[in-house]
Amino acid sequence: MTGLPPPSKKKLGLVIDLDTCVGCHACAVSCKEWNAGGIAGPLTDTDPYGKDPSGVWFNRVHSYELEPVPACGSGHDATPAQPAQTLHFPRSCLHCETPACVTVCPTGASYKRAEDGIVLVDEDKCIGCKLCSWACPYGAREYSAVEGVMKKCTLCVDRIYNDNLDEAERQPACVQACPTRARHFGDLGDPDSDISKLVAARGGVDLMPELGYRPTNQYLPPRPRRNGASEAEADARGTAAELDAGNPLQRWMQRVLRR
Amino acid sequence: MREPTLNTSPSPGDEAKTTTCYMCACRCGIKVWLADGRIRYIQGNPAHPVNQGVLCAKGSAGIMQHYSPARLNKPLLRVGERGRGEFREIEWDEALQLATDWLAPIRARNPDELAFFTGRDQSQALTGWWAQQFGTINYAAHGGFCSVNMAAGGLYTLGGSFWEFGEPDWEHTRYLMLWGVAEDHDSNPIKLGLGKLKARGAKIVAVNPVRSGYGAIADEWIGIRPGTDGLFAFALIHELLRMDRIDLEYLVRYANAHWLVIRAPGAADDGLFARDADGHVLCWDGRAATRADAIDISPVVVGECTLPDGRVAVPVFQLLAERYLDPQFAPDAVSERCGIPPDTIRRIARELAAAAFDSKLSLPVAWTDSWGREHAEMTGRPVSMHAMRGISAHSNGFHTCRALHVLQMLLGAIDTPGSFRYQPPYPKPIPLPNRPGKARRPDGTLDAGPLGYVHGPEDLLVDADGQPRRIDHAFSWAYPLAAHGMMHTVIRNAHAGNAPGAGGQRIDTLMMFMANMSWNSAMNTGETIAWLTDKDADDNYRIPRIIYADAYASEMVAYADLVLPDTTYLERFDAISLLDRPIADADGVADAIRHPLFDPATQAEGRDVRGFQSVLLDLGARLGLPGMVHADGSPKYRDYADYIVRHERAPGVGLLAGWRGVDGEAHGKGAPNPEQLQRYIEHGGFWREELPESARYYKMANRDYLRWAQGFGFAASDAPIVLQLYSETLQKFRLAAQGHGPVQPPDAHRQRVATYFDPLPIWYEPFEHDQTSREAYPLNAVTQRPMFMYHAWGSQNAWLRQIATRNVLYLHPDTGAKHAVADGDWIEVGSHHGRITVQAKFASNVQPDTVWSWNAIGKRKRAWALAKDAPESNQGFLLNHLISDVTPRGDYANADPVTGQAAWFDLRVSIRKADATGTSQPQLPALAFAEADERPLRYGARLRNAQFHSKAAPEQPRRKPRP
Repeated sequence: MTGLPPPSKKKLGLVIDLDTCVGCHACAVSCKEWNAGGIAGPLTDTDPYGKDPSGVWFNRVHSYELEPVPACGSGHDATPAQPAQTLHFPRSCLHCETPACVTVCPTGASYKRAEDGIVLVDEDKCIGCKLCSWACPYGAREYSAVEGVMKKCTLCVDRIYNDNLDEAERQPACVQACPTRARHFGDLGDPDSDISKLVAARGGVDLMPELGYRPTNQYLPPRPRRNGASEAEADARGTAAELDAGNPLQRWMQRVLRR
Repeated sequence: MREPTLNTSPSPGDEAKTTTCYMCACRCGIKVWLADGRIRYIQGNPAHPVNQGVLCAKGSAGIMQHYSPARLNKPLLRVGERGRGEFREIEWDEALQLATDWLAPIRARNPDELAFFTGRDQSQALTGWWAQQFGTINYAAHGGFCSVNMAAGGLYTLGGSFWEFGEPDWEHTRYLMLWGVAEDHDSNPIKLGLGKLKARGAKIVAVNPVRSGYGAIADEWIGIRPGTDGLFAFALIHELLRMDRIDLEYLVRYANAHWLVIRAPGAADDGLFARDADGHVLCWDGRAATRADAIDISPVVVGECTLPDGRVAVPVFQLLAERYLDPQFAPDAVSERCGIPPDTIRRIARELAAAAFDSKLSLPVAWTDSWGREHAEMTGRPVSMHAMRGISAHSNGFHTCRALHVLQMLLGAIDTPGSFRYQPPYPKPIPLPNRPGKARRPDGTLDAGPLGYVHGPEDLLVDADGQPRRIDHAFSWAYPLAAHGMMHTVIRNAHAGNAPGAGGQRIDTLMMFMANMSWNSAMNTGETIAWLTDKDADDNYRIPRIIYADAYASEMVAYADLVLPDTTYLERFDAISLLDRPIADADGVADAIRHPLFDPATQAEGRDVRGFQSVLLDLGARLGLPGMVHADGSPKYRDYADYIVRHERAPGVGLLAGWRGVDGEAHGKGAPNPEQLQRYIEHGGFWREELPESARYYKMANRDYLRWAQGFGFAASDAPIVLQLYSETLQKFRLAAQGHGPVQPPDAHRQRVATYFDPLPIWYEPFEHDQTSREAYPLNAVTQRPMFMYHAWGSQNAWLRQIATRNVLYLHPDTGAKHAVADGDWIEVGSHHGRITVQAKFASNVQPDTVWSWNAIGKRKRAWALAKDAPESNQGFLLNHLISDVTPRGDYANADPVTGQAAWFDLRVSIRKADATGTSQPQLPALAFAEADERPLRYGARLRNAQFHSKAAPEQPRRKPRP
């Protein structure tokens, strides 16, 4: 069993905006691409052109249909009805504060970095027993049958500190690629960091907090849809200029326009 | 516990090269990191104007595309029957000699017997010019089945368009309506823009029968019935007029609301603009008729007036208001057909008006209008719209597109802050000045490019009997404004015309590039294959010769006699030219290049491929085509790169606008610069010139902009461009159909032309809806484009196909219940044209009268190097088998009657539970192509080892994959 370091001050992680994610899979593929040749590569693919292609992905996007929600409450506390929605949900390692995938590891291959809280696998120590993937409730672990080792999101540890990259590009590949800029990277241990402020402003949430693993990554929930169906106030506006039923063009007859 | 020592600063590669992506049509800038001669990583180029550093799933999967096992490596000559996929490899000399031997007699005999259609071509500035030099009128790319309704609808109305000539004002808009946009041009710019709108709290409304992708994050999803968007737009217009929430000042300043239209039913000038003796359009300023382009006048917009010559005329606006205030367009009247509650329509109209007029957006930027008047600020109308294939792929799409532009104009929301904005070099004059070439000059070349914009019946390509001259019937009375050609009709017509005694146009050689016409690019795929393989009594193919260029073993390759293998996008030069499809944005003009990062010969054993554009120039030189040879007959251009640099379309105008002139200091126009490509390579692969701040809005009448555009050669003059609510061009065709003028349609087409050439937008039932029984075919069927495969070759890509190896047919659970279909059932889907068997899946994110699927995932067995049991071919499917290429009545192509745009979204279907399960139908015979290596992919293993000196990723996998 593997021990955890004392909680780090710096807690690097991702903030993923479910209000803005269009489910395009850019994060998933850019992640696969960088990491294939990176510190945790290769990300193998079996049967790549055959019947059942299956590969190692650190980042996967799932789509769900949400049922409509009726209006609730009244007065100031009322929440308007919400229509049925399609939710796109990118899933990757949450770099938990108390990750069961680490504590369950019999060899010390899984570990949480003392410096910044990133959870990694030391493949040289990994025996491919898969205990960690059983322990992770988020399904974030990816076993490579070809290599016989467990793999996972590295938070692009070989990018974020990389002196060979332009400073602006020292961020995880998924964040850099995201076309709607729904993904944010930073220090969630620092309450004054941009992403901590974003989480505070938008009511970011832990995934399955009841399990107690204290994920570092945060998800920003979809904003209420303003579909206007319950907006009675709009009715009062704009109808003043009802047309004269006799000659609807009448009112533009005398309109003095300037060209 | 000791943590292992990590190298957190590994080299990202030996070098990063910037070029342009080609995984779809968006042309984003990419930075390709190379390590040890291999691609380490492809990222978005942060400096690039199109994608600003982001990159979609396809772009990141470019590695797998470049190293695809489906790449063609050598010219191929067919040895078996067409369609089997049996070839022998030949050398380039033999291939080019064959092509020359086939084409030279055609050019000598009748150049029109070469039909040259180029699919998803991004080099039309070259290919169109090549066709012109060859002398054939039979040229086009794929726009006819893609989005010509959007292009033509916009260009004949605004002098710009949705699609690629304009964009929403992402920085300022407060209300965005997306009409029929799934995953469309421009993919990454739209996503970047949506992210900005979300961050700013602007409202997004998605009008689409399917709520996927962008619809999923929109504030409001309007699940409209397919083909009824025009009616919805008219109801919004009706409401805005009824409430008098329109921008009349804008309409008389920048549009033709006040232009006088002659009212003389039955006369030859009925419906034309009233003009003075010098041809200037007139308006009525209250006392007298005066020039409509005069300033400081007070034109009236309603009321009948009598011109000095006694003719009666009314302003455009009156005709418009009369039409759309009609009760037939009231929200209550259209609600049921559109599937949108009337209260919703009324509310959206109010919201549009409130966003446009009550927000009081104004930018503190001084500007000068075309008439020299100075304005202290730029008044905004922060309502914007974007529309794409949900509008364009219907037989009523041209008019629906025009309806959306009229709606925007009424709100004053064309190129104002917060609205739709033009991307330079647009706006352009309406109609565009270049007409399609019609006649051959003494040297055999065509008198103009084969594609263009007709201004009236006299510009059509018809013979003395009014019959089509082009093989695809573009620019004929059936499809007069077919500005992108009609690739979707070529194979049927070529087959029919070559029948004994057919009397139609005869085609000898069909030459195509990147156009999968025996598969997903064809409507009526089954019969198209039959036409490609049909033989006459003497056992000769009815279409005698087919030359095809592609980089991959696509379905169409199997139907070619001669295959010219193209490079991947990382092995070639390309020009993303302003003469073709610009990558400009609303604040600047830009163009770009691709340049080879690899010599193809180094990329695989025996790989011997050439960029198609270079091959085309080589072929042109062998044929001695004017412009491609020197006087002594020697080739004028070494290759495409040489052509990009040295070719001048007009003095000082070439394919690329940046770094021209002998010293490389000129931009826009200037002498060829031998170092030009090097300058592009040094500058990230693109060139961009930002507009002066005073020139960024009101471009249609902004003096600074128009002079700037004139200076760059985008326009012949700095005259303002007047937005056309009412289109006189359309009225000219209607008058011809009514018996006026020297060029009139044959009787068979008169009623059609008179009906669909209405100068104001109209709505009519899509033809297939009108001509099939609602009882027999109660459902609409459409496709949506998966974001991870849009416009890409997708399913052959080892990474992208893991996201989806197959498609299913999605239907609403209520629809399933109604038709006794359960979730996951295999069902038979029928149309008036065909039957397919597919697997159904329930999804509530769809309008209940509509079923849908992802397009372009289904593949032919063994195409694209996929294994014979790949789900793409065994469970995946094409909806195309259900889509006829002609109307149910069989009288015309399944197309828009104005532009000829293929109407693949008009499809109506029935569904019932199928007897058989497990395999989609039809299943066509497997092609004789090679299958890919089935061993696991370990891409990156070598790169990691080189970087980290780790034992973790040995050259061979530690374990064998389980079977």
